[in-house]
Amino acid sequence: MVTEQVWLVGQASCPGSLSHDASDGGTTLSDLAAARWQMGTSLGFHIIFAALGIGLPLMMVIAEGLYLRTGNSAWLALARRWSKAFAILFAVGAVSGTILSFELGLLWPDFMEYAGGIIGMPFSAEGFAFFIEAIFLGIYLYGWSHLTPVMHWLSGIPVAIAGALSGIFVVAANAWMNSPAGFDIVNGEVVNVDPIAAMFNDAWFQQALHMTLAAYTATAFGMAGIYAFGYLCGRRDRYHTSALKLLVRIGLALAVCQAISGDISARWVAENQPVKFAALEGHFETDTNVGLTIGGWPDPEARETKWGVQIPGMLSVLAGGDVNTEVKGLNAYPLNEQPDPRPVHLGFQVMVGLGVTMIFVSLWTVFTSWRGKRFAPTRWQLRALVALTPAGFIAIEAGWIVTEVGRQPWIIQDVMRTEDAVTEVPGQFAAFGGFTLLYAILAVALTWLLLRLAKTPPPIDQPPPYLAPESARRKESANAVG
Amino acid sequence: MPWDDVTFDLAFVHGAILLTGVVLYAVFGGADFGGGIWDLFASGPRKEDQRREIARAIGPIWEANHVWLIFVIVLTFTVFPPVFSTVSTALYIPLSIILVGITFRGGAFVFRAYASDLTAARTGWGRVFAVASTITPIVLGMCAGAVASGDIRLEGGSVTSSLITPWLSPFPIVIGLLALVTCAYLAAVYLCVETTGDLREDFRKRALISGAVFTFLSLIAFPLTRGEAPVIWDGMWDREIVTIVPIAILAAAGSGLCVLTRRFKLARMLAVAWVALILMGWALAQYPYLIVPDLTVDEAAASDAMLKAALWTYVIGAIFLAPALYLLFKIFKGHNPAATGDYGASTGELH
Repeated sequence: MVTEQVWLVGQASCPGSLSHDASDGGTTLSDLAAARWQMGTSLGFHIIFAALGIGLPLMMVIAEGLYLRTGNSAWLALARRWSKAFAILFAVGAVSGTILSFELGLLWPDFMEYAGGIIGMPFSAEGFAFFIEAIFLGIYLYGWSHLTPVMHWLSGIPVAIAGALSGIFVVAANAWMNSPAGFDIVNGEVVNVDPIAAMFNDAWFQQALHMTLAAYTATAFGMAGIYAFGYLCGRRDRYHTSALKLLVRIGLALAVCQAISGDISARWVAENQPVKFAALEGHFETDTNVGLTIGGWPDPEARETKWGVQIPGMLSVLAGGDVNTEVKGLNAYPLNEQPDPRPVHLGFQVMVGLGVTMIFVSLWTVFTSWRGKRFAPTRWQLRALVALTPAGFIAIEAGWIVTEVGRQPWIIQDVMRTEDAVTEVPGQFAAFGGFTLLYAILAVALTWLLLRLAKTPPPIDQPPPYLAPESARRKESANAVG
Repeated sequence: MPWDDVTFDLAFVHGAILLTGVVLYAVFGGADFGGGIWDLFASGPRKEDQRREIARAIGPIWEANHVWLIFVIVLTFTVFPPVFSTVSTALYIPLSIILVGITFRGGAFVFRAYASDLTAARTGWGRVFAVASTITPIVLGMCAGAVASGDIRLEGGSVTSSLITPWLSPFPIVIGLLALVTCAYLAAVYLCVETTGDLREDFRKRALISGAVFTFLSLIAFPLTRGEAPVIWDGMWDREIVTIVPIAILAAAGSGLCVLTRRFKLARMLAVAWVALILMGWALAQYPYLIVPDLTVDEAAASDAMLKAALWTYVIGAIFLAPALYLLFKIFKGHNPAATGDYGASTGELH
């Protein structure tokens, strides 16, 4: 029944825009737009903390592991500083994630009623992964003086693993919206539900790979920028050098992997979501030997992308391997089944552009250090790294706009339209305004706190905070006696 | 027998897991809210010590405790999807208030911890933390009251009742206040176990006060149930009057008595039992309804395939979760409760 309704409403709505048939169920255009904006703002806010929740634990574990191996106290100071920053960031991520889990129902009750019973499994698995992450993070953050050095380092490993897993599970659920699987619709009823098939849908792997790498890359460049800034200000000590060297190298390796993963994802989208692919390339007319448009601004009225730079034949090659591949354009689809190409194309250009810049800058920095046989980044390299501090996060936001806005008007590709999933509760603009204010307050407080932390001197000369091995033994024997 | 109408199928098992999640959120997460309540009502010569002690006690564990709420939410939309969509629509307003409360509670707690050397930041964020911790459990309780009252109505899968009256009327308000004092009592009793000397006396006094308020409120709630939540009233008399109700009263009285006689560990155990019994009693009284009176456990349950897959997920998840939780509480709540930075800051880097 749902699909028939979806179809009828789809016919009634204005093509190519966010508009919605106001006579349907009392939901008005503004409520749908407000709900979408609220969801977008919430996700856009949370995704930064989610990425850091995946990336930062890995960096902490690497830094503390290097300290245990080398005894270089700069690594310990870095691990301690990062753990303190992460303590603040994780709390904000936990509460903003809570908002999202409620908003799934508050804003899209019909979507959740439909999808919950199909795609609930990765969400449940994510719940457990997040649980493990929160528990071991508690142990890691507060257990410095309770645990021996090795035990403390070990307690960080589940945080890193569970952080990555929870991201992968959530992305699997999102991938299902792009590639619905694990159910049949017979006479409008959902039947033959297969939760495993839904979870391991066709899109999950490429999306999970791309998002996990994105989280690590964004974290590495975000942190590298901070230490590059310190370097530029003349703080060329062991602490800054260790951090910068590590982060630029990791960043380079990750950014290169991310380019390969991006290619895999683009091919998947070209094959399975041709409308999204046409939108992200700003491609209107179906043809063979299609050029790749770099930059430019799609004009949905004139049905062309203006002011872009064309590389002849390249899009056909990227999509199918040779210039004779036919690439469908947006004009091949009904207007009410395609997204607004403007944000999608812009998002894609920003994401790819930043990705390429990150590869270039980190490669350049690593290469000159390798040539000179010592780590000595030039002022321009440092400036470029500082400029790239937010690059990974902007790329994540842009990529997320590509995948989410690019799927519109569908909330579940070809199954349910976004306008049919939205809540009937009126006054969505007020809710959007209220939650936006909430995020603004959090962002201001958090920024102030992190800047304050950055200004305090690093804990490089502080004694190791660990439980001394002797007192661990004492405690054990005391426990044995007691 | 009082349980003759209960079908022990897969949906019932998931209902029981849902209830377990609610109970664990109440006894762990509820106590964290309770800590915030006593931060708001901190008084006397040891006012600031009380606040420090509360922050120390919840610092390492509140985020893990909070995940029980996520667990409940995810389980609901996975296993009982119509319950999630109905509650999200009918209780849109209180749930939004809860979200704001949860956000400010968690955010303010860390903002205070990491800026506690500045008086303005410490008192400002401390106040936000305390107020948010006080409002949130009230509204959570009001939502529970609304679900139990039978005032949320559905027709053809759509919510037809008002968006306001089901949760904003006398019965849910009393339930909200009961939730508040329950959190306060739990926190006070837990803190008695973890403190010594004068501070312990402060929290003992608070446990006794909240216990007395709870008794008073339940005497109001009890007769109110008859008219305002008839399904619960009938369920209570039919199923529980010789089982759960007397045991819960005994546990409550026993816990209070133990606080009075300074047997705090036993008081803590009995308090947990009492909260678990109240929630169990509520669930069984409204069985077979998940949302009284239009949505039952079996009507709301997802497909069998989903119920099985979800059950496996929970079993596998629990295998990882149980030892991890044990470790967390063993390290920070064992013989020597954790020392943290000022106001619950982490210990990696102390000023």
